Amino acid sequence: MDWQIIIAAAIKVVVFVFLITLPLVAMSVWAERRVSAAIQDRVGPNRVGPFGLLQAVADGLKFLLKEDFTPDHVRKGYFWLAPALTMVPALLTCAVLPFGSKLFGEKMVIADLDVGPLFVFAIASLTVYGIVLAGWASNSKYPFLGGVRATSQMISYEISLGLSVVPLVMIYGELNLGNIVMEQAKNGWALLPLWGEGLSVKGFLLTIPLFVSFIIFTVSMFAETNRLPFDLPECETELVAGYHTEYSSMKFALFFLGEYAAMIIGSGLAVTLFLGGWSLPFGWLTPESADSVIPWWVGLIHIATFFAKVIGFILFFIVIRWTLPRFRYDQLMRLGWVFFFEIALFNVVLTALLLWLV
Amino acid sequence: MAKVVERPKLKWWEQLYLPAIAAGMRVTLGHLIKNISGKTKVTMQYPEEKWDEHLPEYYRGAPALVTDEQDRERCVACQLCEFICPPRAITIKPEEIPSDDKWAKVEKRPKVFEIDMIRCIYCGLCEEVCPEQAIYLRKDYAIVGTSRAEMVHDQDRLYEIGGKRVGLVNKWNELK
Repeated sequence: MDWQIIIAAAIKVVVFVFLITLPLVAMSVWAERRVSAAIQDRVGPNRVGPFGLLQAVADGLKFLLKEDFTPDHVRKGYFWLAPALTMVPALLTCAVLPFGSKLFGEKMVIADLDVGPLFVFAIASLTVYGIVLAGWASNSKYPFLGGVRATSQMISYEISLGLSVVPLVMIYGELNLGNIVMEQAKNGWALLPLWGEGLSVKGFLLTIPLFVSFIIFTVSMFAETNRLPFDLPECETELVAGYHTEYSSMKFALFFLGEYAAMIIGSGLAVTLFLGGWSLPFGWLTPESADSVIPWWVGLIHIATFFAKVIGFILFFIVIRWTLPRFRYDQLMRLGWVFFFEIALFNVVLTALLLWLV
Repeated sequence: MAKVVERPKLKWWEQLYLPAIAAGMRVTLGHLIKNISGKTKVTMQYPEEKWDEHLPEYYRGAPALVTDEQDRERCVACQLCEFICPPRAITIKPEEIPSDDKWAKVEKRPKVFEIDMIRCIYCGLCEEVCPEQAIYLRKDYAIVGTSRAEMVHDQDRLYEIGGKRVGLVNKWNELK
């Protein structure tokens, strides 16, 4: 029995992480370049393969063939550890994301943990070590400044990130991401309660704190993944390349890919928590309960739905990046500590009041 | 004296950032949609699309030798272009025309005429100085080669680029 579980988990790891998420990372790099080009009235990479889709492969080859240079003045051990520490946690958080309902009677989640969001926050907060180690081990001024900025930024926004999920947990009374999605599939997505039990005064009233949560969660996710309105740790105009200035070749690529992997996992989490995960809107093709048998094609549709939502969210990430200018550092800290922290706390109280009164 | 720039007083909804984000996204998404639907023509895809027909008459591309309407080479190997060429890209070795040749009344013709296209700066002085109207700057600009030797245009290549040019020739026209 045990080895069957292990093999099933291994297949899910290989398919979800290595065959879907990593190519999605490469594709999102391509999408970033094409979309930014379209926004700026350019063309973007369109030479390698159809529509330039193989550009990511060419980039990967380039990274592999470049000289992997380690400067003399760095702390070698930490310097080598840092890129892995940014990439690995991002991929580890894949474990608890339910990327589909069921396929051939097997739950489409690698580890069906009962503490999903907690696990994600615990692992994702390790990413900060990668960046801080990179900045400090580089032993050079720009990476150091980038590292310092990353430390305070990521630690500050983790608070509002965690607090923004609390109302959701209060409403569903559940920390298992699979069950949260199941609940949303039956009774309306957190932000779209238009069917099932969600179609009621209570459901509509609860969308107010959930919408505030969603905004705080999304913005904090931008800050956590160092995406553009908050990309102060690397900000080219001030710090050359920030924490990865001293890196080259594949070690640089790991930072680069880690950022995109974190972006994909962040989108996946946002989709799972607020936009109904793998479920189709209006309760279409929703299984009766978590244990009911569903045909394989419905399972595939659910997986496709999840990734369609994630890709949509990634495109949103990209458009935001090419729309907004970078925040100033004091504005960033003010936004995190003075606004989001308080609003998220108040939001928790508001949710509690609504749940108590209605 | 320092000038104080008043910061605008923002209304509360302006301080929310969200309307500004929406306005910004309207601009970027507008460009995105126009670009994807092909309404903005942005970049010419170079090797496939070229601008050749729009090149002006005075465009200075690769220098080339021309023949006249009787297929006689116009160059008389006076070497003026060789001497005036600022980067010394032109090499000419003159030879005498044998007396039984059809064009024997001309004294000289180039035995070797080479232009080193790595050196050429496309200044057009050779065209300007030529008393025979034998060398012209054509509209060819994509001069490529895989070795230095390949980048030296010899006589055959120069005539191939130049072709025949019909028009006034000062001295050696048969009718004169």
